[in-house]
Amino acid sequence: MVQDRWILPQGIEELLPQQASKMETLRRRIVDLYASWGYELVVPPLMEYLESLLVGTGRELDLSTFKLVDQLNGRTMGIRADITPQVARIDAHRLQREVPTRLCYLGSVLHTRGEGLAGSRSPLQLGAELYGHAGVESDVEIIALMLKTLELAGIKSLHLDLGHVGLFRGLAAEAELNEEQESDLFEMFQRKAKPEIEAFLEGVSLSSDHREMLMALVNLNGDVSVLSQAREALATAGNEVQQALHYLQATAERLQQSQPELTLHFDLAELRGYHYHTGVVFSAYAMGYSQEIARGGRYDDIGRAFGRARPATGFSTDLKTLVSLSGTVAEQSVKIFAPAGDDSNLWETIQELRNSGQTVIRALPGQSGSAADMGCERKLVFNNEFWTVVDA
Amino acid sequence: MKHGLTIALSKGRIYKETLPLLAAAGIEPLDDPEKSRKLILDTNHDDVKLVIIRASDVPTYVQYGAADVGVAGKDVLMEHGGEGLYEPLDLKIARCKLMTAGPVGFVEPKQGRLRIATKFVNCAQRYFAEQGRQVEVIKLYGSMELGPIVGLSDLIVDVVDTGNTLRANGLEPMEHIADISSRLVVNKASMKMKHARVQQLIERFAAAVESE
Repeated sequence: MVQDRWILPQGIEELLPQQASKMETLRRRIVDLYASWGYELVVPPLMEYLESLLVGTGRELDLSTFKLVDQLNGRTMGIRADITPQVARIDAHRLQREVPTRLCYLGSVLHTRGEGLAGSRSPLQLGAELYGHAGVESDVEIIALMLKTLELAGIKSLHLDLGHVGLFRGLAAEAELNEEQESDLFEMFQRKAKPEIEAFLEGVSLSSDHREMLMALVNLNGDVSVLSQAREALATAGNEVQQALHYLQATAERLQQSQPELTLHFDLAELRGYHYHTGVVFSAYAMGYSQEIARGGRYDDIGRAFGRARPATGFSTDLKTLVSLSGTVAEQSVKIFAPAGDDSNLWETIQELRNSGQTVIRALPGQSGSAADMGCERKLVFNNEFWTVVDA
Repeated sequence: MKHGLTIALSKGRIYKETLPLLAAAGIEPLDDPEKSRKLILDTNHDDVKLVIIRASDVPTYVQYGAADVGVAGKDVLMEHGGEGLYEPLDLKIARCKLMTAGPVGFVEPKQGRLRIATKFVNCAQRYFAEQGRQVEVIKLYGSMELGPIVGLSDLIVDVVDTGNTLRANGLEPMEHIADISSRLVVNKASMKMKHARVQQLIERFAAAVESE
């Protein structure tokens, strides 16, 4: 076997200087943005006990999580595949504030299986969460912050996809589907597999009213007119469904008011994150990229497992994806090449330049290569008793 | 993903049986894939292209947005898993059955593991696991019928249309796994960002299927 190829594992990538600097520029801007909105940065650990990583999240996350055994006590630990549950734990268990709490985070996660086109298994997850308020206002704030993040990354012509898991959940509960039936139907809804849904609903004992409403739900996607269609098609549904529709309508109205240039798309059968989301769900798409770039929603119950149920809403995205889609270039200051030598005037000049934010690279005695070879457009030369910067 | 609409199709039966549906949606290819070597066919619409690929690649193209929509057999979708795709419409074309088959008069031994030759590895594993039957699956890329004849496997899992190939080789269809027909598959992002266009295509296809 050839040993010296230094191939990285599939889906594990690294960033070389140009991309890394682009990413770092974007990261700083985003963290500053969140700070200006009052979102406090937290840094959860890379790994923790599996139970707390997987609380209330469903089987998907379990499969995505790398596991290892703590040599100190034999307990199973997981390397986080999603930071959201960790931040929920911090809010519910560590901070325990009574007031609304805004937190943001940024860190590496690992996935056992690659996701998306590039199949990355090592995204840099980035997100913000708002705890302690159940209502349209906090969802709209989180959506606005998500869109602002994408805008900062220079991603244009955004589409926002809106849904609400309460519609499917409410209809499934009313129709008195058992757990297995609901899970089968859920799987078909995710694929919008209408022929299979139809056959499935024929096979279970349901009122024709419920059958028709579930069939209607899978077709309810498109522009804002979907909401009025839904009110008609789901008119006889119970309270949970009506409230979900009402909530979605209110969210849409506020978004249209505050973000008139945004393209809104509604998909009332969208069930992404169904196992832990409890309300409105959303994701952002951009023309030219065939996967969602950011996603989020309301998840009011997750804190309960950590001893304190609090309403919660939030979003997350992958900084590496944003960098690859980003139209902006890294802020690159002009680099200045300075000669070697221990002239104290030279040292002072270099310090001044560096303090004023410029990049100065010092030559090392006996090194090969010109200023241009070192990537410098300018250089320091001794001219009329002063060190001055000239074009290289 | 670009503006416009890219449709992924496989050569042969699916292509032929999809043509009338495309026509119903007002889309006519300008080339014939049986005669042309082109992999991307232009149509009577400037912004509608057909990509002609292997049947088992259709879900992958559509999942990753290399094509907005595609036509894929349910067998291929079951094998692929259908993750990241919408399958909103049964086109009711290229119908057949996914079945197990074995030598005429085959009696399953009471002990030991059956060996199953198939190109539908995931489907076969799922089918036998659901029944609690322990089997060894051998992946083949074609001519599965040879498996039991040359002693490579006990049974095969394959799509069966008329059953003539099976009979010609001394095999018979045995257990029915699933009814197969072709589905319209749609990329999730295309469904959301090109909604009006994709929805129109789905509706016209649905009307054409209905009137068959």
